[in-house]
Amino acid sequence: MLVTAESDKTGFFMYWNETKECMSRDQIEELQSKRLVKQINRIYHNVEYYRKKMQEAGLEPSDIRGIEDLDKLPFTTYEDIAKAYPFGLSAVPLSEAVRVHASSGTTGKPKIAIYTRKDIDIWSECVARCFSMAGITKNDIIQVGYGYGLFTGGLGAHYGAENLGALVIPMSTGNTKKLIDMMIDCGTTAIACTPSYLLHVAEALEAEGLVDKIKLKYAICGAEPWTDNMRKQIEERLHIKAVDIYGLTEIMGPGVAADCEHHKGLHIWEDHFIPEIIDPDTLEQLPAGQTGELVITTITKEGMPLIRYRTRDLTSIEIGKCDCGRTMARIQRFKGRSDDMLVIRGVNVFPSQVEQALLEIDGTTPNYMINVDRVDNNDTFEVQIEVEERFFSDEIRKLEELRSKVENSIHQMTGIKAKVRLVEPNALPHSDGKTKHVNDARKLV
Amino acid sequence: MVKQLSVFLENKPGTLNKALLMLKNNDVNIVAISLADTSEFGLARLIVDDLEKGRSAIREGGYTSTLADVIAVRLAQRVGYLQEILDKLSAAGINVEYMYTASTGPDGADLIMKTSDPAKAEEVLAEAKAEVLKQDDLRKLGGDN
Repeated sequence: MLVTAESDKTGFFMYWNETKECMSRDQIEELQSKRLVKQINRIYHNVEYYRKKMQEAGLEPSDIRGIEDLDKLPFTTYEDIAKAYPFGLSAVPLSEAVRVHASSGTTGKPKIAIYTRKDIDIWSECVARCFSMAGITKNDIIQVGYGYGLFTGGLGAHYGAENLGALVIPMSTGNTKKLIDMMIDCGTTAIACTPSYLLHVAEALEAEGLVDKIKLKYAICGAEPWTDNMRKQIEERLHIKAVDIYGLTEIMGPGVAADCEHHKGLHIWEDHFIPEIIDPDTLEQLPAGQTGELVITTITKEGMPLIRYRTRDLTSIEIGKCDCGRTMARIQRFKGRSDDMLVIRGVNVFPSQVEQALLEIDGTTPNYMINVDRVDNNDTFEVQIEVEERFFSDEIRKLEELRSKVENSIHQMTGIKAKVRLVEPNALPHSDGKTKHVNDARKLV
Repeated sequence: MVKQLSVFLENKPGTLNKALLMLKNNDVNIVAISLADTSEFGLARLIVDDLEKGRSAIREGGYTSTLADVIAVRLAQRVGYLQEILDKLSAAGINVEYMYTASTGPDGADLIMKTSDPAKAEEVLAEAKAEVLKQDDLRKLGGDN
């Protein structure tokens, strides 16, 4: 199946599935139309939630004849997924499902995604395409430095790399020294992890004078926004090639799209996903090149198909053949979010989760501020709380207890650790309207 | 038993100064003060001559404050006296959370202490014939003004 493009002289430029990755625009649209019609029929008959939504919009499956009818369909949002928790959007009996993943929701409950065996196979195919595009082959030894578990990063990258035939070392997260030891001892040639973590690894290697001892050639980084400057740093300091990989749990996980060595945008695998850009206010479709909210429709997914899912990621899309020969549309640099979600150390965090954690103090939320920054390539996450009389104490011990209690509940709610800082009343901005609760000082867009 | 006014302060220049200015402008005299701090925040523990006025001045300044029951006790100026008192408290199962001095002189010292059980601590101290001060006595500690 592995096909090498003519331009490949260096082991780069690998197609995993040239027939699909280099289809003509007509072929892409024809395939998308065929698969969309089939998908709409499936969900209309199998998912009550979608059937009702379509009926409310006055739609029947026969109204959708191809991708030209896509904009008739109602959107799906993460509120829909939350309402359907846990399995309300499932289009198959649970006996046909083989896996669950989840990412944090806006409040207590996670957003769950379920997968059939075929969904896992398609995911592995998509990740294999991305890894192959990054230069990785079956001859490589890859360390997966994403968390294994409910988070899609670890298992998603793992299955894709195995599908590719590479030798996978499932490192997961949390032990940099062991990662470096195995990188040197096993002769690791590729790594998949967050870009900020890779920079952290680079620093550790430099500090120990070990950069010359590694055989690393490629990195596939994702799960958090990063800049061209960060990529340059990674490439120069480790003497490797690094590419960006994109995905989201609701849609599949990492591998929905990735960039090639030309860095002209993230190729989205259009034979499985239909991307659209909409105006987040008017909800109208926008033409290629214009910036708006990315909306994705899954046309092959069985477990939890999503129709016109609003990702809340702001970007634009370029159509047209890339220098690498691939014809799949390219998602451009992300310009932020149309909601207030933050990505901190690769984890999705909503201010509402922090608010919920603060309720634990005594049932009401004090004035607070979330401060996010990036210091030495690591995200910092601080929550300032104005000390009010109702939970103030004249004993330092009790104030410290309060602080660690809040830190624990934020950790439980979001999955990552925050530093809680107690501040004087009126130290934080108050306003009459919607008080600003987030200060993200990172320069990522 | 007396009331202590505790004020939350961030650990940065000027915060204590501003709080004390509020007291000064409202003509509140500080009889005793103690500062406790961590790397990020601190607590000013104050015994003032006029509690009501002191607290409203602090609130007016936008500070978070709380009142706590503490014991003010006059100590004889002789070796071992404080230890003897603490001996009695610990024998009664009372824990001392913190303490600080209000004033010292040749005749004795005034000590402020926060205990796990202020009412019982006062009983124990009275039994030990220690001189426990009341809220009204505090004005005297501050001198004439």
